[in-house]
Amino acid sequence: MDIQFSGEKLDKVQEIMKRYPEGKHKSALIPVLHIAQQEFGGWLDTPVMDYVAGLLKIEPIEVYEVASFYSMYNLKPVGKYLFEVCQTGPCMLNGSDQIIDYIKQKLHIRAGETTADGLFTLKPVECLGACGYAPMMQLGKTYREHLTKEKVDAIIDECRAKVN
Amino acid sequence: MSRKLLLEKAHVEGIRGYEVYRREGGYRSVEKAFKMAPADIVEEVKKSGLRGRGGAGFPTGMKWSFLAKPEGVARYLVCNADESEPGTFKDRYLMEFIPHLLIEGMIVSSFALGSNVSYIYIRGEYDWITDILDNAIAEAKQNGWLGKNILGTGFNCELYVQRGAGAYICGEETALIESLEGKRGNPRIKPPFPAVKGLWDCPTVVNNVETLAAVVPIINEGGEAYSKIGVGKSTGTKLISSCGNINKPGIYEIDMTISVEEFIFSDEYCGGIPKGKKLKACIPGGSSVPILPANLLLTTAKGEKRMMNYESLAEGGFATGSMMGSGGFIVLDEDQCVVRNTMTLARFYHHESCGQCSPCREGTGWMERILKKIENGRGEMKDIDLLWDIQRKIEGNTICPLGDAAAWPVAAAIRHFRDEFEWHVLNPEECLARNYGLAHYADPVHVPVLA
Ligand SMILES: Cc1cc2nc3c(=O)[nH]c(=O)nc-3n(C[C@H](O)[C@H](O)[C@H](O)COP(=O)(O)O)c2cc1C
Ligand code: SF4
Ligand code: FES
Repeated sequence: MDIQFSGEKLDKVQEIMKRYPEGKHKSALIPVLHIAQQEFGGWLDTPVMDYVAGLLKIEPIEVYEVASFYSMYNLKPVGKYLFEVCQTGPCMLNGSDQIIDYIKQKLHIRAGETTADGLFTLKPVECLGACGYAPMMQLGKTYREHLTKEKVDAIIDECRAKVN
Repeated sequence: MSRKLLLEKAHVEGIRGYEVYRREGGYRSVEKAFKMAPADIVEEVKKSGLRGRGGAGFPTGMKWSFLAKPEGVARYLVCNADESEPGTFKDRYLMEFIPHLLIEGMIVSSFALGSNVSYIYIRGEYDWITDILDNAIAEAKQNGWLGKNILGTGFNCELYVQRGAGAYICGEETALIESLEGKRGNPRIKPPFPAVKGLWDCPTVVNNVETLAAVVPIINEGGEAYSKIGVGKSTGTKLISSCGNINKPGIYEIDMTISVEEFIFSDEYCGGIPKGKKLKACIPGGSSVPILPANLLLTTAKGEKRMMNYESLAEGGFATGSMMGSGGFIVLDEDQCVVRNTMTLARFYHHESCGQCSPCREGTGWMERILKKIENGRGEMKDIDLLWDIQRKIEGNTICPLGDAAAWPVAAAIRHFRDEFEWHVLNPEECLARNYGLAHYADPVHVPVLA
């Protein structure tokens, strides 16, 4: 894969770097890593992180140590659709364990695994700030709330339909 | 019905957009504030009695007055929108439905503190809310409320939204600052406090979303008027996010004069417990605060009705009380297992520990493992004592309060529900098949009679 942002994304990076005072552009790292993950296949491979280091004129290690700290960055490949299902207390009280089990069963994967067709990854996560709308998962940019088995079926169908 | 100061207009059609927000009286507080001296705004906030809504409840006006003002050094205001404490989802609601209220509060606060560039640090998962805020900021700027020489006052102010990337610890103010500097979210040792040395080593104020939004009604109505709402040192209104086993989970703005019982059971608020089940326990202020059994939740150990305010929720200290915390109100019905709930919280804190201090890094892992063991019917009696011992060794021995926040839920669970833990140990098979149930947790509190 050619690791190079499009002109539009490069402009975005420049715009982000201007939000901070002179010389403090390292602050752009976390927002730029979000863009990089989105642009380069949903995870951060080492060459991608090195590219970001070059863009921000910082050392690669400064990127690695940040990428490995935050749970939204994937350091391994993930499926096209990442099911991030909350498993913390309030969601558990409303049946998130059953939802996670159902997804495992239905997709024949364990937590952290990706389906053989590369479509789905299941990632149990901690509280996403949707406790009143439990059980829930994050899928891409949005939240899917008040999950039931039927809703999970529908979400899986919806994703499959998008690739076909 | 409580008076609403923050969410009164949250459901007016189109309020997310600038036109409607302004037509409904938005940005009046900025016009008023610009006619005041910054120090007088700080004074108004002091008078209001407003306490930080992020969890610690520190008086906001006092925090503002500590901000150092060395000549020629920039000062920063940072809004804490990291909102990751389990049970807490109020800031999301405010930003999602009435984003201009936060922006208005931030402009007034930036003016009061002399911050020419202010940031909103929002948890990375709130991606769509970032778009909503970015839009609202652009609208505010187009209409002359942000930018250079705002309303001809000579005051310049820019506002930027910065997304985090999944780390509860970045809600701790010094970790947030590190993260905003593009680093790992490792909390700093205090002192120096952010008010002296914060973002890029400059004096910085970090405030919660709800705190900054509350500055708007305080300026509009005056600090004195604000302080008259509520009771004692619990002034103004508080957003409560309620969840768990209740009929009407969601966000409620309360004026802190209602009882916990009314809050849970009245139709105006949580609407009681689904399927007519009984109340077993509640964590009233976000996952970090002590869990209480039904009896102590509704009635203090003195036999008084417990109220939804800072003082009453804390009545009895950790022996028999809890805390208002972040306002994340988590209800457990009679069929829930306190051991399992505590285990999920221990797992949460273990996952979220930044790893700098060994009592927190190792202790949270130990607590998770032991709780899993007990929950899975493999626990021994001595594990309960070990668990107690570990939480004692974490509390007070760490750089930041995450250590305490991890220890307290475990301590309170053992303190009030020890027989439920013991039942798991004594009934290793039965505990896999069913839960301990309500037991005696709703029995009337025994009030000691003074001779
Ligand atoms: C582990 C930890 C997590 C925290 N998370 C948040 C948070 O998500 N939002 C927040 O406003 N405050 C959070 N706080 C409290 C902040 O450190 C800080 O006290 C607060 O933002 C100050 O704002 P306030 O005075 O307006 O409440 C957290 C504290 C700790 C120790
Ligand atoms: S208490 Fe925990 S989260 Fe806080 S600094 Fe220490 S290790 Fe990090
Ligand atoms: S506990 Fe699941 S979103 Fe908060």
